[in-house]
Amino acid sequence: MKKNNQKTKSWPIIFKVAFFLAFRQVKRSSIWTNVLIIFIMTLTFLNLVIVSGILVGLIEGAVTAVKNHYIGDVFISNLKQKSFIEKSQDLIKVAENLPGVEALTYRYIESGTIESEYKQGKERPTDRDESVGTSIAGINPEIEDRVSGLASLVVEGEYLDEDDYDQVLVGAMLLKKYLDFESPNFPTLANVEIGSRVRITVNGNTREVTVKGITKSKVDEIDRRVFFVDKQLKGLIGRDDYNVDEIVLRISPKTNPIAIKSALIANGFDKYARIQTQEEAEPKFIKDMKKTFALLGNIISSIGLAVAAITIFIVIFINAITRRKFIGILKGIGIEPRAIEIAYILQSLFYAFIGSTLGTFLVFAVLKPYFLAHPINFPFSDGILVATVDGTIIRIAVLAIATLIAGYIPARIVVKQNTLDAILGR
Amino acid sequence: MTMIIEAKKLVKKFKSGADELTVLKGLDLSVKQGEFLSITGRSGSGKSTLLYQLGLLDRPNTGEININGIDVSSLSDNERTLFHLNELGYIFQDYALVPELTAIENVLIPLLMQGLSNQNAEKIAKDAMAKVGLSDKLKNLPSQLSGGEQQRISIARAISHNPKILFADEPTANLDSETADVVLKTFLALNKEGQTIVMVTHEPEYAALTDRVLTLQDGIIAREEINLKK
Repeated sequence: MKKNNQKTKSWPIIFKVAFFLAFRQVKRSSIWTNVLIIFIMTLTFLNLVIVSGILVGLIEGAVTAVKNHYIGDVFISNLKQKSFIEKSQDLIKVAENLPGVEALTYRYIESGTIESEYKQGKERPTDRDESVGTSIAGINPEIEDRVSGLASLVVEGEYLDEDDYDQVLVGAMLLKKYLDFESPNFPTLANVEIGSRVRITVNGNTREVTVKGITKSKVDEIDRRVFFVDKQLKGLIGRDDYNVDEIVLRISPKTNPIAIKSALIANGFDKYARIQTQEEAEPKFIKDMKKTFALLGNIISSIGLAVAAITIFIVIFINAITRRKFIGILKGIGIEPRAIEIAYILQSLFYAFIGSTLGTFLVFAVLKPYFLAHPINFPFSDGILVATVDGTIIRIAVLAIATLIAGYIPARIVVKQNTLDAILGR
Repeated sequence: MTMIIEAKKLVKKFKSGADELTVLKGLDLSVKQGEFLSITGRSGSGKSTLLYQLGLLDRPNTGEININGIDVSSLSDNERTLFHLNELGYIFQDYALVPELTAIENVLIPLLMQGLSNQNAEKIAKDAMAKVGLSDKLKNLPSQLSGGEQQRISIARAISHNPKILFADEPTANLDSETADVVLKTFLALNKEGQTIVMVTHEPEYAALTDRVLTLQDGIIAREEINLKK
């Protein structure tokens, strides 16, 4: 008896035949089938990128708003045990001259109250005054605008001029008409309009001022402040030492904020002020939300990936089942099962590749610019679509791996069937 | 003359619910190298089932099959596929062409699987197409060809890699008599060149053209006729 000396074909031959089959199956299948599969793959890819991208973008919008309008790239504030930054002017001089620092602003901050309608008599002696506790900020309007773009946040009235006397900007969250809910934690003033007279009390000193403008942003710290011209506030609080409470630095994109912080610490200013990079100074709720949304994004992406894998599985399974007879014939004429399985994997990868390419194009050329131009208006953020090249490449790779597995399993199931049963459709 | 197929005590049973149907009942069969054997019989006599066992598309429940001196009964599924690729050619009743592949692609794919270069495979495939008289239909998809043309492509695919045995399962069943004659003539020409052919057929006039006719009845060989005229 002779020995069977049939040898399994080498991988290059297997791949050659698999590519031969896959290429022709894609090329000669109905154009509408191809379009539909690619459409599904594109949507699947978009689902992976966009859902988590919007979630991250929501927080990114909040981070950007806080950075742009409040804390800048480096935020310097008073130490906990001090009521202002000592040696503020020395610090400002050094900071202004550090390489990479493009702009700087400083703020005087004091706690106080703002009252409206205080001239009207109370109906009953127990009625409360229209008074709200707030934070009063003294700013140099020109340099503040250069760093935080405060003028762009004025939604009613006008921005402050350096020579304005007894005029203020009021944050929208202090006004009832801008806060559409009532809460004891967020007291508001009713009937305050541009030109209204309001009373500011700081350190026991009171002054009547006119509302020149109303600021509205996505940053609570801005929206619950009253802004004075710095000279006016200094007069009101009786501060004449030029020591400020907040210093905000805007640095060039190439400059590392940690280097700026280190330079200021090296000059010994950490003894007089709390020096933080933007990341360190972010409000805690944003840090918490970042973690939560990253987790949510991962969960939703995982679900999206599972849906993608199942979609590909169904598409390939239907394709393989409807072609069961021809898979049997291929085996019957001597085509190795591995070549047939790889042909299906290659087809799946082709659809995933085209879907990912189209999806990537849509994300970077259409959706990302669109959301940048038309952010989604969330209460605390202008939501944008965050899609990084690295993140997208990772998602393409993850989708490719899911596709590979989801393409292989149904092909394997069908190819494993008895050849004759497949041919005869049993 | 050397025996190229030797089958001993082949038994094939099918289960249908609780019932068991024995289609091949301990059948013995030998085929000589270069022989053109036809298997006939009524529907349900077991002729196609016998061909599937000999052509390694199915496994008998018991019994032994030797092809070209190799015990093929014990081959694994993958070894059977490779055995098909290198040693056997199979022609199906319904042509069994892959619809997405053109005529020449259907013929050359087993050659590519054998490891031939594209140029060599294409040359051999073209020669096989010429042999069945379809040199002008190389680029046609199966859907663009008549039944007879599809069957001839199926023959070209089956012979392109010089198989030791050519199995044909009612190759003329779906063809008109004129086309069926062409197919039969192709088989006869191949056999004249030394090709061993085992053909299942319903048509006695085609069976009469072969070297030997086996008539199956109830899973056994009921009659054997040798064509002395050939």
